[in-house]
Amino acid sequence: MAESSVELRDVSKRHGDTCAVDRVSLGIRRGEFFAILGPSGSGKTTILRMLAGFESPDAGDILIDGRSVRGVPPNQRPVNLVFQTYALFPHLTVAGNIAFGLEMRRVPRADIAARVEEALDMVRLQGKQDRLPAQLSGGEQQRVALARALVNRPAVLLLDEPLGALDQQLRMDMQVELKTIQERVGLTFICVTHHQEEALTMSDRVAVMRQGRLLQVGSPRDIYEAPQSAFVANFIGRSNSLTGRIETVSGLRCTVRAVDLPAAAPVVATCPAGAGIGSPATLMLRPERLHLSADVQVDGYDNMLPARVSKAIYNGSETQYLLALSDRLSWQVLVPNAGNGQKRFQPGESVFLRWRADEAVVLSE
Amino acid sequence: MSRKHPWLLGASVANLLFLYAPIVVLMVFSFNASRLSAGWQGLTLQWYRLLLEDEALRLSVQNSLVVAVVSTVIATGLGVCAAVGLERHPFRGREVVEGAMLLPLVIPEIMMGVSLMLFFLLVKLPLSLITVTIGHAAFNVPIVLVIVRARLRKLDPSLEEAARDLGATPWRAFRRVTLPLLMPAIVGSVLLAFTISLDDFIVTFFTAGPGSTTLPLYVYSMVKSGVTPAINALSAILVLVSMSLIGASLALQRR
Amino acid sequence: MNPDAVPPDRPESFRAAPVPRRSSLLLLPALAWLGLFFFVPLALMLAISFASRGTYGGVVWTLSLANYANVLDPLYLKVFLRSVLLASVTTALCLALGFPIAYYIARLPARRQGIWLLLVMIPFWTNFLVRTYAWIFILRTEGLMNQVLAGLGLIGSPVDVLYTETAIVIGLVYGYLPFMILPLYAAVERLPPSLVEAAWDLYASRWAVLWRVTVPLTKPGLVAGCILVFIPSLGAFITPDLMGGARTMMIGNLIQHEFLVARDWPFGSAISLLLMASVLLGLAIYLRAEGAGKRLAAGG
Repeated sequence: MAESSVELRDVSKRHGDTCAVDRVSLGIRRGEFFAILGPSGSGKTTILRMLAGFESPDAGDILIDGRSVRGVPPNQRPVNLVFQTYALFPHLTVAGNIAFGLEMRRVPRADIAARVEEALDMVRLQGKQDRLPAQLSGGEQQRVALARALVNRPAVLLLDEPLGALDQQLRMDMQVELKTIQERVGLTFICVTHHQEEALTMSDRVAVMRQGRLLQVGSPRDIYEAPQSAFVANFIGRSNSLTGRIETVSGLRCTVRAVDLPAAAPVVATCPAGAGIGSPATLMLRPERLHLSADVQVDGYDNMLPARVSKAIYNGSETQYLLALSDRLSWQVLVPNAGNGQKRFQPGESVFLRWRADEAVVLSE
Repeated sequence: MSRKHPWLLGASVANLLFLYAPIVVLMVFSFNASRLSAGWQGLTLQWYRLLLEDEALRLSVQNSLVVAVVSTVIATGLGVCAAVGLERHPFRGREVVEGAMLLPLVIPEIMMGVSLMLFFLLVKLPLSLITVTIGHAAFNVPIVLVIVRARLRKLDPSLEEAARDLGATPWRAFRRVTLPLLMPAIVGSVLLAFTISLDDFIVTFFTAGPGSTTLPLYVYSMVKSGVTPAINALSAILVLVSMSLIGASLALQRR
Repeated sequence: MNPDAVPPDRPESFRAAPVPRRSSLLLLPALAWLGLFFFVPLALMLAISFASRGTYGGVVWTLSLANYANVLDPLYLKVFLRSVLLASVTTALCLALGFPIAYYIARLPARRQGIWLLLVMIPFWTNFLVRTYAWIFILRTEGLMNQVLAGLGLIGSPVDVLYTETAIVIGLVYGYLPFMILPLYAAVERLPPSLVEAAWDLYASRWAVLWRVTVPLTKPGLVAGCILVFIPSLGAFITPDLMGGARTMMIGNLIQHEFLVARDWPFGSAISLLLMASVLLGLAIYLRAEGAGKRLAAGG
């Protein structure tokens, strides 16, 4: 049913001395909104360009709709790319830009006009056919770039940092709009970005890459709640970490003695698979999962650590507290701003951080 | 993308060969012992020796250098002032004035040569190195103007303002801040104007009198009087000199 | 910034003076020089073109339009037409030859562009006479070309290329090719590669990419290059003089002939001014087109 629309099999690519893409294998399903997320240099753009056909893999194969596209030039692939800089042809009108791909494939004139109209409707730019790109705003230009690709009904639509050039408000609106358009046309969208918020908001599944390697693939929820490495945990959202060694194991639980907090009691956590006494362990805790209170006694939590408030930063919808657990260890806690009755902590106050064992992600690192 | 266009590289290399082949041929055959034909008849330096003994040649080189130096100095002085004058204070009609000053670059050289000749004849100024120098200075002013003005426009105006804020008079601000920053452009235009003056033929042809032959005029007369490998030898020397000048100017710029 | 702080001492004479208008006066020396040694001679030539030739070659100041009328003589029209034709052919050849190399250089990584541009420019910095002479040496009857062709057995008797219009075109193309390559290079260099990739991504063949995207967007550079080659070619003097013959006269030779041989200064002036008028007309057309193009790009 949801078969592979795009498949990368053990793809590798070198750029000079560096390995831009290192043995990456991925399967992207038909109709999926898939995001490839990673910092610059992670290889995500190279993969995109290999999918579009502007670069070819040194090793491995790429299949689109089951057929290998090795050696197939970009103008013969059922793939269209929305460029990061939009790459709109400045000497053609909006209609001219959108119609370009159709003209190249010799779609009959009468059909072209209708399809251009349809594409403009889809991106909500009706009536702008005769404008030139220079006369449009950034958001409008992006929609033209999108329409220009969509109108060809490709098997796969590639997007290179689609929301990078837009301002904050526009970005949030476009995230929703892109997702809506994708669901409506039912095409496979593959989007490359370094903004984790974009990836989480829009995609059905996310692949996290770093230095050419694929680290983890999963739904946004999986990636956020169950990161499989410290890098992924820190790249997606913010994360507090605690490194240490496992002291005791009992069933599915273990205790970890923290390296940076020798005086504190060992922390209770779920035991990572395959780990035993003496194994290294890193706990990752999301800032919104920590309970912050000045009360000495609070029931229901497995772990408690004392801390001192260093900074309280008001962020509109939430307050971010920076807490010093020791000279060397600082954690963040996010507390939603619930209204006037809520307790606000001041810098210098002594507080307690609490969490349940299963709220922490434990990695064997 | 040129990996997929091997013919593009091939076409470009062929183009370069087309540009260089005649010059290389010229230089190679300057050592040819045969006087008349291009058939190779042995290696010789006789044509170079002939040049060394040529008094008229030596005089023409001297004339060229004198004209080049004087006209470049004049053109640079006038051009830098004009660039500053145009840039500093926008006035109505500035574009028109600038356009007018760039006109010599646009019209065919022969017009300038002929009209200058007429002018000198009508004001009864005998054609000599002086008239040649005047002409050279005239067509070099726009060149200096364009180069220096371009650089001036790119300079941050707040630099001079900062200098004046720190107590400098406008003149000192210009001398201590703007002028040093303009130096690369000024030097570049000096070199260019000098080279152009050395190379000029058409304007010189019409404004030179007897005894004020420059090097290009001398080469012309040599070619007109018949092909001899001595011309090849002279050409070879000129090519090498231009290349060293360019090399020197580039080396200077790199520093 | 503490609002209560005492401002530091400043000398009384200091005030933020605007740039003195005096600096515009710097313009005057250059204007004077060009005025006297460029514009006045041109005006003189304009005046003379309406005068008549004296018996011994001087100028007789009687107003007459005869000179301009004489230009319409088929003999002279032929020279004009030939010049336009040869200049056009030269321009077209330079465009055809120059575009591939300009495109190639513009698409190289920045480091290597410098070397190639230098290589293109070095022949240009060589003396024009020397470069023209090189072709004379090669093309003459006893020249290298004939020797090689005969040696290879390709021809029976020497080919007469020198002193023909073909030779002139070769000389002009050779002389002005760098003038075409540089503006073309600049124009292609400014073209974002993503536009070419976008066209490719949208199913365009290589040919379509060239004609539908690259050429329209580099048009200003193309036109600039054509102008930079056409104008000097039209008024060329050295090349037709040395490489052409009596039957291949161009406007430049005609002017020289009228001034120095026939000593008909008024007529020579008329021809020169017509040459300048055509050049300025072409320029005006170009600037209008460029202005319109710029307005289009900026959004009308």
